[in-house]
Amino acid sequence: MCDRVVTVWLEGQGLRMRIVVDLNRCQGYAQCAFLAPDVFEMHGEEALLYDPAFTEAHREQVRRAAAACPVQAILVEADEARVTPVGA
Amino acid sequence: MTPGTLLQQITDYANRANPYPLYAELRKTPVARQDDGSYLVGGYYEISSLLHDPRISSDQRNLVARDGGGLQAEEEAGLPPSMIRTDPPEHDRLRRMAMRPFGPPHTPRRVHEMGGELHRIVSGLIDGFQGKDHVDIVDDFSYPFPVTVICRLLGVPREDESRFHVWADAMVGAADPSPSADLQERQRAGTRARTELGRYLAGLAEEHRRSPGDDLLSALATDHGPDGQMSMVELASTSVLLLIAGHETTVNLITNGMLTLLRYPEHLERLVKEPEVAVPMVEELLRYEPPVHLALPRVALADIEVKGTVIPRGSTVWLGLASANRDPRRFDDPDRFDPDRRDNQHLSFLGGIHNCFGSPLARLEAQIALTELARRLANPRLVEDPPPYRPNPLLRGPRHLAVAFDGVQG
Amino acid sequence: MAVSVGEVVQAFRRDGRIVVVGASLAGLRAAEALRTGGFSGSLTLVGDEPDLPYDRPPLSKQVLLGRARADATTLPQRNSVNAQWRLGTAATGLDLAAKRLRLADGEEIDYDRLLIATGVRARPWFNAAEAALDGVFTVRTSEDAARLERRLSARPSRVLVVGAGFTGSEIASACRERGLEVTVAERGAAPLVGALGGVVGAVAADLQRQHGVDLRTGVMVTALEGDSGGRLERAHLSDGTSLDVEVAVIALGATRNTEWLAGSGLAAGPRGIACDAGCRAFDVQGIVTDDVFVAGDVARSPHPLFGYQFLSLEHWGNAVEQAGVAAHNMINVGPDRRAHLWVPTFWSSQFGVNIKSVGVPNMGDEIVITQGSLAERRFVAVYGFQGRIVAAVTFDQAKWLDFYREQIEVRAPFPPDYATVDRQPGGMRPVPAGFQDPSLPSHGATVTLTGHDPNERRVQFTPARA
Ligand SMILES: Cc1cc2nc3c(=O)[nH]c(=O)nc-3n(C[C@H](O)[C@H](O)[C@H](O)COP(=O)(O)OP(=O)(O)OC[C@H]3O[C@@H](n4cnc5c(N)ncnc54)[C@H](O)[C@@H]3O)c2cc1C
Ligand code: HEM
Ligand code: SF4
Repeated sequence: MCDRVVTVWLEGQGLRMRIVVDLNRCQGYAQCAFLAPDVFEMHGEEALLYDPAFTEAHREQVRRAAAACPVQAILVEADEARVTPVGA
Repeated sequence: MTPGTLLQQITDYANRANPYPLYAELRKTPVARQDDGSYLVGGYYEISSLLHDPRISSDQRNLVARDGGGLQAEEEAGLPPSMIRTDPPEHDRLRRMAMRPFGPPHTPRRVHEMGGELHRIVSGLIDGFQGKDHVDIVDDFSYPFPVTVICRLLGVPREDESRFHVWADAMVGAADPSPSADLQERQRAGTRARTELGRYLAGLAEEHRRSPGDDLLSALATDHGPDGQMSMVELASTSVLLLIAGHETTVNLITNGMLTLLRYPEHLERLVKEPEVAVPMVEELLRYEPPVHLALPRVALADIEVKGTVIPRGSTVWLGLASANRDPRRFDDPDRFDPDRRDNQHLSFLGGIHNCFGSPLARLEAQIALTELARRLANPRLVEDPPPYRPNPLLRGPRHLAVAFDGVQG
Repeated sequence: MAVSVGEVVQAFRRDGRIVVVGASLAGLRAAEALRTGGFSGSLTLVGDEPDLPYDRPPLSKQVLLGRARADATTLPQRNSVNAQWRLGTAATGLDLAAKRLRLADGEEIDYDRLLIATGVRARPWFNAAEAALDGVFTVRTSEDAARLERRLSARPSRVLVVGAGFTGSEIASACRERGLEVTVAERGAAPLVGALGGVVGAVAADLQRQHGVDLRTGVMVTALEGDSGGRLERAHLSDGTSLDVEVAVIALGATRNTEWLAGSGLAAGPRGIACDAGCRAFDVQGIVTDDVFVAGDVARSPHPLFGYQFLSLEHWGNAVEQAGVAAHNMINVGPDRRAHLWVPTFWSSQFGVNIKSVGVPNMGDEIVITQGSLAERRFVAVYGFQGRIVAAVTFDQAKWLDFYREQIEVRAPFPPDYATVDRQPGGMRPVPAGFQDPSLPSHGATVTLTGHDPNERRVQFTPARA
């Protein structure tokens, strides 16, 4: 089972990196949408939409965005934190 | 030292080079009543909560006792306050309209796409250092760079710099609350300069309306969004604000940045080797040496209790951003410059509704400027430390920063 | 030989066995917190979904808009979680006395401490045959969202959304943004009325209608009808009308995943698993256990600020916070333990509006608009109960919300009696909040919250103020 999971995951995600925004913290300052417009987008004045999986090409943008967020709401997966599920 | 005179000491020019001990003193009294009746707040948590407090107004017209009736009349004859000095709903409407041509949601890619141009301007300025063995980082680099950027963004001819420079100086002078004898005169001059600058920019906008370009003045003069169109006076006051806020702050960030990196050369070397460190480094610079030390004065609309002290309705409230950024309750080892700091939620661009409008641009400018200076200057070093500072205690930064070097790399 | 409490804790952190059931948001965040908190013993995560923990809020937003892939909302990890992952395997039983978990594949796992984070699932359409029609959907899992997104891409002639809570409203919003015809059928008087009351619900109704939703309130869908090929073609409503629809999305709330605990002796049932403020599960006798913890959507726990009422919060932020508290308490004892004192907070975004809430709005019986205006759909609404502020909801005014959270924490008086910026005429007087069935707590709370750091967050008892 888990072997299948790992394979599917690797194929599906490829070199993608992941983000999640804590939208309770987010106050719609739009810094991320300015600095990484390919990944973050304001939907109206204050609501944020983002792509939770981004590719290497947008890595620099995302780093800038995450650093600039005034409420530090953007969690970018640290590369070394990648899990490889192991199991029976 | 009594806490009641802290504001006075902070604004005292003698303390400009190192106000940080005063801030440490200030944080012992989270909300310090000043002898002039205003309240000075220096703690991180207290400030960040006041930034989200709707009982705090940015509109000076809410002051209970306003001194200088003459000033008031003059002010009202001139330009109405811009977004930075108004409250919602007025503030929100002005900001939404100004944001339309500048950023998301309407123009999301503008700042991102300015990267290439910022690089070209920076490269051009550093190319100009060829054949010299020292420069003044302020006059030769960190002033002309953001001025060029904001001029292009707004659609203001760069050649007019000598004209608006005088007005800008007068306005910055008026924003200096130091209780010197000429305060009223400075404020009067500032108001006049603001009106003049507004008239000049409105004139430009009128020209742009007839033949619009890809700049903000053209957009603001022609745009019809959901909030309608900006009136001519709104356009004038908004563009004055953008022009001034767009460079008088960034100059400090870049200069403070260079000063700090030259004081801690290991970080300068690191920036050369790992240019990507510029992103967290600029955040740490913003925290450690913020370009704006005190936010514009606020007014309490109600009695507000903060940490057991009541700020009475109608009082002036000063928020010490630079002090908050060094609050040990919030930041570990706050007096250490540490670009690897992970938890770095500084208040240098404020927070709440008046959070800096131009911060994404300012960040990119500083990241590019410092990376390129670090990369291209061979063996840069400080000539004078501390450098001479600008008089203004709110917009704190060096007036000159002499840096010597052994050459310029390509 | 006397062994100190400290030594027992250290030994447990080193050699203990922790099992987490439910490998989603709460499960993952708890696992991370266990590791960062110093737990180096054996850690197993059991999840019945085959996927690594993924984020659900995008499923009714970005994913249905086609701007993010349903299978790519995998949650980033804060730190590497060194654990045994038993994904695609459900837990089917629990033996409390033997401290043993039974899995669907027949295997059994022994634990010293167990965390239950099995969340909820979408409440299915009540008629199983109708629910099985091609074209009837629910949205809870990434698979659900992928299927619905594919169907929306095929541009159905009309989508019926059954239920106008947050999820239903967000789905309707995504459909409209894609230019699809949408009917929303809601039993209550307005969308979001159960969570936010009638005053704010009326604004939500305007918002939907202005965006072209065919909103029908005060009606129920009574039957779904398929064609001979088993494809949905029509829906019947309680007002006697019927509608031709190709897609129906059932958004009638959720059911807690507790069936697997039947007979285990835990206080687990359709309303969730009851636990104390430290996340320890109660057994059926109402006695708190000390080795079984609960977090996330499946939990029901008392909140000191809200009259110690047991709150079930199906919110992202609650799952994160409660998981952190549970993990902390699993590897600490006595006074080092923490209470889950987080003030409930959530967001929703729909029709381009950012809706945020803090506190417990449906505990309020009155509401006052302190800032902005309902007509412009930019406002702060404050909810009061027995003279205290218990909640605030903002539409596109999120930057003020922290202030109101602090007001709730210090139990500030309602209605607020101070001047604020943007206070508009008509916003002064409190009016009934418009909940159909306000759930009134039996006694007013007498506590306030203090402290910024989780370690220093404390409940402070204060004499009841008049
Ligand atoms: C479409 C959608 C939109 C949402 N939008 C928002 C929003 O905008 N704002 C907000 O605050 N919240 C939102 N939420 C709610 C938020 O996603 C949940 O609060 C959160 O997912 C709860 O996390 P959890 O880990 O407690 O439960 P869940 O995410 O439900 O995870 C429980 C996990 O346990 C598994 N499980 C169940 N039974 C067993 C068993 N017997 N054995 C093994 N595994 C089992 C489940 O399959 C699941 O993987 C939304 C939810 C959905 C579905
Ligand atoms: C490092 C550079 C900068 C810093 C540190 C900075 C800092 C600040 C601060 C602290 C405020 C809040 C002022 C207050 O309310 O008291 C502010 C507001 C503002 N800034 Fe900046 N700023 C910088 C650059 C810029 C740039 C480049 C622009 C324009 C392009 C800009 C435009 C504005 C505007 C328009 C406001 C008013 C916003 C409002 O009231 O809503 N700033 N800035
Ligand atoms: S920068 Fe931060 S606060 Fe602003 S929109 Fe992005 S995530 Fe939200």
